[in-house]
Amino acid sequence: MDQLVFAAEVFLNGLMTGVMYALVALGFVLIFKASGVFNYAQGVLALFAALTLVGIQQGQVPFAHLINAMLGTHISSFGWTVPALLAILLTAGVMVLLAFLIEKLVLQHLVGQEPIILFMATIGLAYFLEGLGDVMWGADIKTLDVGLPQGISDGIEAVTGEWFGYGFFIDRLDIWATIIAALLVAALVAFSQYTKQGRAMRAVADDHQAALSVGISLRFIWVMVWSIAGFVALVAGIMWGTKSGVQFSLSLIALKALPVLMLGGFTSIPGAIIGGLIIGVGEKLFEFLIGPMVGGATENWFAYVLALLFLVFRPQGLFGERIIERV
Amino acid sequence: MNQLATEEGYVTADGRQIGGTLMEMKNITLRFGGVVAIKDISFDIRQGEIRAIIGPNGAGKSSMLNVISGFYVPQEGEVWFKGYRRGPMKPYEVARLGIARTFQNIALFDGMSVLDNIMTGRLNRMKAGFLSQALWWGAAEREEIANREQVEKIIDFLEIQNIRKTPVGRLPYGLKKRVELARALAAEPQLLLLDEPMAGMNVEEKEDMSRFILDVNDEFGTTIALIEHDMGVVMDLSDRVVVMDYGRKIGDGTPDEVRNNQEVIDAYLGVSHD
Amino acid sequence: MLYREAGDFKTSYRDDGQTFPIRLDRWGYYIVLAVAFGIIPFIINDYWASAVFVPFLIYAVAALGLNILTGYAGQVSLGTGGFMAVGAYAVYKLMTAFPDVSIVIHILLAGGVTAIVGMLFGLPSLRIKGFYLAVATLAAQFFLVWLFNKVPWFYNYSASGQINAPERTVLGWAVTGPATSATAKYLICLCFVVALAWVARNLTRGTLGRKWMAIRDMDIAAEIIGVNPLTAKLSAFAVSSFFIGVAGALLFAVYLGAAEVGEAFGINKSFLVLFMIIIGGLGSIFGAFAGAAFMVMLPVLLKNVLVGSLGWPTDLAAHIELMIVGALIVIFLIVEPHGLARLWALTKEKLRLWPFPH
Repeated sequence: MDQLVFAAEVFLNGLMTGVMYALVALGFVLIFKASGVFNYAQGVLALFAALTLVGIQQGQVPFAHLINAMLGTHISSFGWTVPALLAILLTAGVMVLLAFLIEKLVLQHLVGQEPIILFMATIGLAYFLEGLGDVMWGADIKTLDVGLPQGISDGIEAVTGEWFGYGFFIDRLDIWATIIAALLVAALVAFSQYTKQGRAMRAVADDHQAALSVGISLRFIWVMVWSIAGFVALVAGIMWGTKSGVQFSLSLIALKALPVLMLGGFTSIPGAIIGGLIIGVGEKLFEFLIGPMVGGATENWFAYVLALLFLVFRPQGLFGERIIERV
Repeated sequence: MNQLATEEGYVTADGRQIGGTLMEMKNITLRFGGVVAIKDISFDIRQGEIRAIIGPNGAGKSSMLNVISGFYVPQEGEVWFKGYRRGPMKPYEVARLGIARTFQNIALFDGMSVLDNIMTGRLNRMKAGFLSQALWWGAAEREEIANREQVEKIIDFLEIQNIRKTPVGRLPYGLKKRVELARALAAEPQLLLLDEPMAGMNVEEKEDMSRFILDVNDEFGTTIALIEHDMGVVMDLSDRVVVMDYGRKIGDGTPDEVRNNQEVIDAYLGVSHD
Repeated sequence: MLYREAGDFKTSYRDDGQTFPIRLDRWGYYIVLAVAFGIIPFIINDYWASAVFVPFLIYAVAALGLNILTGYAGQVSLGTGGFMAVGAYAVYKLMTAFPDVSIVIHILLAGGVTAIVGMLFGLPSLRIKGFYLAVATLAAQFFLVWLFNKVPWFYNYSASGQINAPERTVLGWAVTGPATSATAKYLICLCFVVALAWVARNLTRGTLGRKWMAIRDMDIAAEIIGVNPLTAKLSAFAVSSFFIGVAGALLFAVYLGAAEVGEAFGINKSFLVLFMIIIGGLGSIFGAFAGAAFMVMLPVLLKNVLVGSLGWPTDLAAHIELMIVGALIVIFLIVEPHGLARLWALTKEKLRLWPFPH
């Protein structure tokens, strides 16, 4: 009985983690659908967004480290702090600017290249952004606090305590993350279904040439999609950053979005969410049940191995269409 | 496996002796989900003949060729080759039986030179072990040179000597088609399948290609099955023609017989329903 | 005017198929070999060996291996770090279990063990293609690193969890362990590089190489003309992993001497080797060398300039290095997706026609 109650708690926590994975995967799906780019840098985008947010909030001077090294000065901070909401808006602005620059400097020059070349370019981009984030804001571990509630949810503890005689530990931050993620997905769906830009985005996702021929600007759509992906990365960055601090390992956690995508298919938003939940729950339960027997830390690889085994039996993923090969 | 009785051959209009049955398709049916691409079709291909499969768009010609080359496995029916019933096989196993093909949308290996592309046609004849290949010693080197000699003969035959070291990606369309034919010929197949060999060619290129097809049949004695849209070319080249429409066979015979078949005329010209 | 093929007629298919068909290239190759074996060993010191030459040679082997898989057979792998770890731990277990057997045999066996592990993780490639496969190879990377970290048998139950290379000799010279001279480290790596590069060249120009490239360029057509995708892909995984395993074994035993798996063979190693073959040139033996040289020398150069000359802090230099490497990858992909090898080929092409423009 106890074991079962613990497992239920682990399950719930897994769902919450899964939401976080799904958030990163979501930005990825958007970009893949609209431009066919397998954006390896999505995780680093989240890291970069979180770093920028902390930097702006705390009034850090960008590139302070570099300026100090070059000029021999000792600047570090403007001496003010920026309110959380304004800082988030400013960071969103930075992400849009970044999207514009990525389109202008990278994507535009790679139009028509093979997908694998584009994929490798985003790996290069990931390295660049990681270095840029560190040079701009410093590589030390930062705490991020935008006022989201944190700590054990007393309500859930009380209720489950009454039911099972054992109070579940659920972080309030996770609950908020779930709510925000749900809102974000709803907003994205509404945007792509009911606005002109959303329709154009879906048209581009379907067929670049055809979209061009009816007068849709590919460049505008790409900048837009990367901006949205940047915004989604910002949301993910806020969640992860609040949860476990802003540091390099954030981009490694975000790598888990890749197996999530393999499960859910690269083009399916529901797939990204369900894939995220499966991976989140799966890795937590596996660690809970099997982890102690094999020395723990199975979360490092479980997601990848699960995705690998799954794909061997169903290469198109959970929601992908069946592949018919032609010659 | 039963031996299939092979009947007597026949003599063509231009006096060539055609042998017994090389391949026989018996009651082939192929479905994709609910769509029936081929419906209960039977026909044979005789040793040494040029056999054409024609029909309007969507008639199931390409699916038929894919069944012959083992890329699609039909749900019903039997495929007999060289007197043996062919079970479900992987495409590469079919290739090893002696069936080679070209593709409608050229399927060459763009990253390799013309010579290397044609050499891939002989991969199944090269048996040197791993160690010999790794050390480039003994069998590997001997084989490479012996097969290169064969490939050079085909290069001469198809008149593509001057492009042998050119990367295939850089070639114009017509030459790519010719290189693809060379790759198929390099396998020294008993049955050569050509999927729209003239598609997208101008008149001169078509003439060249027709000449090569006839020469291949004549000099190497290769049996050829082809799909083609250009009626003039088909009627000139082929000994016997299968006509397909909506996945069914509606005609089979010499070009003259097919030309005068009422059902075939209806399929091509349309029929008035009054 | 010197660089010409005119007058250098080939009278047999054997001559036509040789590695360096142009006479001057052949001479260049012999000169490089002569310098590498005859001059460098006598003038090399510890700094040059450990900063440039030894890592260059070891990564060249790894890059050759990954290039066989990705550049020739078209299967993208992000598991290189994990496979190098297999080579390192295999050679460690062999060295400590059979101290009397020659280290050269251990290193080759370590490659063999890695080849088997590589084939195992290559099996999904029959069903999974492209990006899906790239992500699937991450499973190898994370699982293998975890395995070597968590199972004490692999590191002989040492308290630190590290593995340390004991001293082993070849012909009386120490090649592993703390007493190894710069010359010995350099020479043993050089011998492996030359032998393996020669094998890679032979494999890629023959039957197996054509099968790999056919699968890479158009897998369906390859299967229809008679290439068995199972054997073609698995052989690519096996050969590639053999090379990578040897590189991992050399990296641990000869270069590092001691290693902790997460640090020495993390996912960054996978990307490092991948960058080498992108920058050097996919599907090119020369490219593997060029890319390895570039990626090994870049940090040394940057460190000398930024830290040595400008006096910047090392962590800042490391971050700027990340930016530069990332930017270079993108620039290379935009300007020349075929890497340094294609640039080199184009230069030679120009030189052949010189002084005429066309």
